[in-house]
Amino acid sequence: MYHKEKSIQIKNSASALYNNLGVLRIAPRRLTYFTVVHANVVNMVSASWDGLNYSHRQLQSKEPNVATSTSLIMQAAFCALPSRDLLVVTSQKGIQIYESDGSIMVYWHALDTPETPTAQAVFARGISAVRENYICVGISSGAILVFDVPSKGSNITLSEVLEEHKESITDMAAECSGSQECIADLVSADDGGNLCVWKSGEEFQLLNNIPGFDMSCSSVKLWKGTVVAGYGTGQIRLYEAVTGILHAEVKAHARWIYSLDIAPFSGLLLSAAEDSLVRVWHLSMTPETNSVEVTALKTQYKTFLTVDSFPQVLLT
Amino acid sequence: MSSRTLPLLFINLGGEMLYILDQRLRAQNIPADKAKKVMNDIITTMFNKKFLEELFKPQELYSKKALRTVFDRLAHASIMRLNQASMDKLYDLMTMAFKYQVLLCPRPKDILLVSFNHMDAIKDFVKDTPSILSQVDETYRQLIEMYTPLSSGEFQLIRQTLLIFFQDMHIRVSIFLKDKVQNSNGRFVLPTSGPVPHGTQVPGLIRMFSCTGEEVTRLQFNNGGNYTAAIREGSFEIFGDRVTKLGTNMYSVSRPVETHMSGTSKNSAQHAKVSAAPNPLAKEELNLLAKLMGGLEVQKPGNADSGFRVNLFATDEEEEEALISRPDELSYGVINIQATKDQQVNAELAKIMGEFTESGDQSPSASSKGDDLLAMMDGL
Repeated sequence: MYHKEKSIQIKNSASALYNNLGVLRIAPRRLTYFTVVHANVVNMVSASWDGLNYSHRQLQSKEPNVATSTSLIMQAAFCALPSRDLLVVTSQKGIQIYESDGSIMVYWHALDTPETPTAQAVFARGISAVRENYICVGISSGAILVFDVPSKGSNITLSEVLEEHKESITDMAAECSGSQECIADLVSADDGGNLCVWKSGEEFQLLNNIPGFDMSCSSVKLWKGTVVAGYGTGQIRLYEAVTGILHAEVKAHARWIYSLDIAPFSGLLLSAAEDSLVRVWHLSMTPETNSVEVTALKTQYKTFLTVDSFPQVLLT
Repeated sequence: MSSRTLPLLFINLGGEMLYILDQRLRAQNIPADKAKKVMNDIITTMFNKKFLEELFKPQELYSKKALRTVFDRLAHASIMRLNQASMDKLYDLMTMAFKYQVLLCPRPKDILLVSFNHMDAIKDFVKDTPSILSQVDETYRQLIEMYTPLSSGEFQLIRQTLLIFFQDMHIRVSIFLKDKVQNSNGRFVLPTSGPVPHGTQVPGLIRMFSCTGEEVTRLQFNNGGNYTAAIREGSFEIFGDRVTKLGTNMYSVSRPVETHMSGTSKNSAQHAKVSAAPNPLAKEELNLLAKLMGGLEVQKPGNADSGFRVNLFATDEEEEEALISRPDELSYGVINIQATKDQQVNAELAKIMGEFTESGDQSPSASSKGDDLLAMMDGL
């Protein structure tokens, strides 16, 4: 079960964006990095596990070759690959990849931004590390960029562009259970609530396309072959990734869900929404019947949600 | 972020401005014809065809400074004048009210209903003036055309863009404090009771299904709030019941509107200076502003006696005091456009500024004659 730890004050407030809390645990150094986006800045805190040391840093979205207007950051997330950890920051102008402590930018990918703004906004959103060496990032057009990441250095290359979604990507997630048996490696979600399930490789393979119901899916997770999706209606749905079978539907929140998180070994699911509540659920798989059970756990934390801060909850 | 945010921002802020000014004019028993002229002039300017054409183009939101400058000009589109402190206060109230509405909207799409509430009220202000009425109707059509086809996700992007624009503004408004929708630290209260948004169901149920799609289990849980089922959806047409009260006029003669400046400086540590750009206005914004000014009808007060000054405070002394004591971080930094002449200023803008200066110079003398100064604050 979760228990509340010492609160960490971030330098400024969190912007109203989906999945706005990035977390990276670095066991060898007994540190955890956190990131929270504030407009065009990423606030980073490095917190020691003994709760005694905190160090803050800010990353500005200063894209190279963009002299004037700063663009707003859509998301900052850590990508933990077997060989290295990286921090990916997406904005209206492009995708920046940094070393995990934010010290050096190792890669920059510019989006095709039109000269004069179009009605359809342009931005990158939805970040996930996949398997050994891929980082996938979603785009407002619905495309997904697949980057091939070497174990060292900045020779990151764009390996593929997946064009399946017709609406803006909202979130993406890789299989997090650690199991090598799962066929599906990645799930992507969009503003229409459509979910695409992928197998990674030199060429990514689309395993399934689970249609939405005209409501944005703002946060998604993939656990033991099960897609866990949070929607703007406050619903959470669990689908079997490869077949698209609906396992469960939860009327979870009274407002738009902004973030989901799963603790892979215990099957604890956290959901946070604009109704100012964070709820804890327990997921359990029954392999024989291939079903997933969801139970609501009694404890639910009322967060310190103020209008300008979306989930700032510590997980153990 | 969303390139379709500016029209909604402008119309809703404009609507709030009109509510406040209307309340002041009525509360002080300003002659009906003068009050009406002020309202009509401002509304005519707001809905000027060229201005709206520019506004509805896909574009990023203006900076806070640029937007404030636009509203400064708009407020002075009539024979009414406002001193800096009163304009600051007016703008504080306008922005906090709209921030509240955006935040409390049950669904992102409801921002459109809030906008229609403002539009409905504006239409009512000018119902006796057909020429302005047709401009307003045309704007309804543009709003409907642009916004009704948008998806829930696109509305949420608009909402997020607005919330980021209003981020870190925590000015306390007494009407909100009294109604307990705002805390003493300036944050708004998110209720965990009341009807759920249209399209959402009351939380509390888990349904689990078999592989064939049959429901096998139902589990209920305590939703931790006091929610009720959604009520009917508001109308997205030109006419209709909007259902939501957000965006309707919350002021009346008996409901005073004050802003608390003292105490807000304690929260100044939280104010992030996100737009600390070296240039007060980026070149693009200057050009945009020029196009807008080009669209704004310049008011030349023909009769010096008809101009008057509106004060959002109880006395002139209070107004002066407010100006001096306003915390720096809350200063809007309204651009003195003449100060940026060293930049590449658009020629049209320079010409227009010349026109404004002319009429602007007349106001101090005009206000001392003719009409009395309006003492603003309601006496409650």
